[in-house]
Amino acid sequence: MSEHTDGGDGTPVNPSVPTTARAAPESPVPESPVTATGATPAAARKGGGISAHALLNAVLEGNSAVVTFLAIVSAIVIGGLLIAFTSPVVLHAWSKVFSHPATAFSQAWTIAASAYSAMFEGSILNPHTVSAAFHGGSTAAIFNPLSETAVNATPLILSGLSVALAFRAGLFNIGATGQFIGGTMVAGWIGFAVHLPVVIHVVVAVIGGFAGGALVGWFVGDMKARTGAHEVIVTIMLNYVMEFLLLYLLGLTVFRQPGRTDPISPSVAANATLPHLAGSNLRINAGFLVALAAAGAVWWLLNRTTVGFELRTVGANPSAARSAGMSPERTWVVVMMIAGGLAGLAGASVVLGTDFQLTPQIYGTYGIDAITVALLGRASPGGVVLAALLYGSLHAGGIQMQAQTQIPVDIVTVIQALIVLFVAAPPLVREIFHLRRRGAGEGGQLLAQGWGS
Amino acid sequence: MTTVPLLHEEGFSLDRQKAFGGLFVALGLVDIFVFGLLANPGDAVFTFTLTGAAVNVPNLSLAPGPVCEGLGALSVVLGVAYAVFKLSKLPRGVISATAGIAFVMSFLCWADAGLVPLPFVSLMQATMLAAIPLILGALSGCLCERSGVINIAIEGQLLLGAFGAAVIASAFGSLWLGLITGSLAGGLLAALLAVFAIRYMVDQIIVGVVLNVFASGLTGYLYDQALVPYQNRLNSPNTFSPIKIPVLGDIPIIGPILFDSTIFLYITYAMLALVHIGLFKTRWGLRVRAVGEHPTAADTVGIRVLWTRYRNVLLGGLVAGIGGASLTIGSVGSFGKDISSGQGYIALAAMIFGRWTPLGATGAALFFGFTLGLANVLGTIGSPIPSDLLLMIPYAATIVAVTGFVGRGRPPRADGQPYVKA
Repeated sequence: MSEHTDGGDGTPVNPSVPTTARAAPESPVPESPVTATGATPAAARKGGGISAHALLNAVLEGNSAVVTFLAIVSAIVIGGLLIAFTSPVVLHAWSKVFSHPATAFSQAWTIAASAYSAMFEGSILNPHTVSAAFHGGSTAAIFNPLSETAVNATPLILSGLSVALAFRAGLFNIGATGQFIGGTMVAGWIGFAVHLPVVIHVVVAVIGGFAGGALVGWFVGDMKARTGAHEVIVTIMLNYVMEFLLLYLLGLTVFRQPGRTDPISPSVAANATLPHLAGSNLRINAGFLVALAAAGAVWWLLNRTTVGFELRTVGANPSAARSAGMSPERTWVVVMMIAGGLAGLAGASVVLGTDFQLTPQIYGTYGIDAITVALLGRASPGGVVLAALLYGSLHAGGIQMQAQTQIPVDIVTVIQALIVLFVAAPPLVREIFHLRRRGAGEGGQLLAQGWGS
Repeated sequence: MTTVPLLHEEGFSLDRQKAFGGLFVALGLVDIFVFGLLANPGDAVFTFTLTGAAVNVPNLSLAPGPVCEGLGALSVVLGVAYAVFKLSKLPRGVISATAGIAFVMSFLCWADAGLVPLPFVSLMQATMLAAIPLILGALSGCLCERSGVINIAIEGQLLLGAFGAAVIASAFGSLWLGLITGSLAGGLLAALLAVFAIRYMVDQIIVGVVLNVFASGLTGYLYDQALVPYQNRLNSPNTFSPIKIPVLGDIPIIGPILFDSTIFLYITYAMLALVHIGLFKTRWGLRVRAVGEHPTAADTVGIRVLWTRYRNVLLGGLVAGIGGASLTIGSVGSFGKDISSGQGYIALAAMIFGRWTPLGATGAALFFGFTLGLANVLGTIGSPIPSDLLLMIPYAATIVAVTGFVGRGRPPRADGQPYVKA
């Protein structure tokens, strides 16, 4: 059956798959999935197994470090053009491009460059703080941008791991938002409603966050295992169910801060907050360490444990896994539970590390960003950490950019989406940069999956 | 959920017969024991006449107790009959519809008991208004997925459509230009979806989700960058005014709901008819469905698979774009950040709920629109029922639908699979 060899970072190398959509481009591709679903309707009903591996391929293969780098560059260039050509100053200059061409170009360059340099100052290093420190200013201020990057990256790492882990088992977890909310609810509630001694309180709250997310994730896995309900649909719908549940809870007196009429919970107790790592002036907190530890744990789980082996096998080829005596259904439940728990941890890191209160919008865009992080990080724990740091720096820098140049921070979302679009379509990047195709039939590797339900 | 007609006769098993029967019995018991016995004292009053209507329909005043218990008992009896006897399609549909309507009526009696009168016509108007983008989005989904391309980007298409329509209608002062632009903006995002899905063969679910993020970021950015500072010039469009169809619009109750609305409702009727007839009654539709079910076979008999898919995805985007335009120039006018607020995903849910058929999807969209409209109206009559829980219904119902409890639809066989010519 499937020969499951491993690359360094756990990339399945060409698992030979009898029933999947994977096929050489010369062969009539759709034939195989059609006959496969036709032949074993029961297996097909049991959960889109046939195409899970194709999803995994779409994430893991078909791109390289070069493509990833070029994708980031392209996205930043397009983002820069967008910034420049939506600025009234630049548009004014370009209306006179024939009389003053130099001004037109220099204006466009100035605007885009000032935006990106503000982003750099907000996320990596601000030279002004260095010179200020020499003249008696605070040294902590120098590290503030890096601290902000880490703070922004923390929930992205955790929720990105959630999506990545599910990818490795051939599942697409769009539900990080709902699981995140599950985590914030439990962690937040333990934080403000329960009284426990120092250290124990925060540990219990963090574990509660994991459990809250895991419960939501378990539901998805269980539904898929039992009834074959497609996880994409269930997770999307569950996101909204959880958003409204959060709104509903915040309307109850149990979850309402005394004396307030707007939906906002009491603050979590001091004992339940994640401790700062570098003094109270910098927001970086123990959540960042939790995130890095989680990345290590996921790596260990994937590459050094039986569960991880089963998980990767199920992701590569559920039928082969079943023949080898593994239970894809059980794996789906376990994976979704852990994935949900990771997203729940992300929720805990936000409510216990930076926000301290439950609000109707506490989930932000972490759940959706997590998908882009996992895709850019190619579903490996190390890649997720790097991708989350990149996006964390974009977010931290975006806020600084908005404050400094009034360019809306939403541009970061655009850049983020563009990066992933380019990363997902290596042939496009190769066409843009006139690179040679990496071997014949690259397109054929990216065969996608259906609903499978 | 029972308002969705049973469209697929195949696979109606004894299990499902019992499950449905049990469901109706359960609904009936809820009618009796929850809505009937726990209602507040006082009657539930429904008004059927809008101010200024030609014909005055008298108000309906119901005592919740007896009404809910009666309707509940009816549901229980029908549910038992459904589970026990092997009925043909028509009586099954009648029973489903009756149990569903009985449940909704009981719920409304319970919700309105002792409060100010519930304006039934306004509720249904709100339902239709909410359903327009859902129906158009779901039709977009049907067009795409029947040709074998998964369209999760409906949300983004609605959003771009809403944005384009508001900006152009405001800048040029022409609502029709705004409508066309909204449609084209939806088509633009669909074009991206088509290129990535068909040409570059990227996983269609992934590319759909990422395109939604892209649309959200792009419109959010442009909103802050251009629409906020130039609110008067770029984001103050007029809205289409209602057009009353002569004669039909004067029918009591039905007229104001179905025949006295903006152009968007009539476009929706036309689109629904076009897509339904197009997909199921014409050679064109047969070819589309062949491409979605078995592209190799379609290719063998000379149907251009990739071209069909490009065309259908684009058509879908144009339709969803109109739905997006209805969110701005069809109702509130100006564009706001993330104005589509997940309605694209509800449309997707409606399509799945409606089993990839335009009529089924429309039924589901109307049901979802009803919950959205109800959440609004209950707030205005001062009902203590939390609207957050009502707003959950479409999503929760979809989870129930995909877990197969009310019967599972079958997606087109080749849905989501790129085609590589042999």
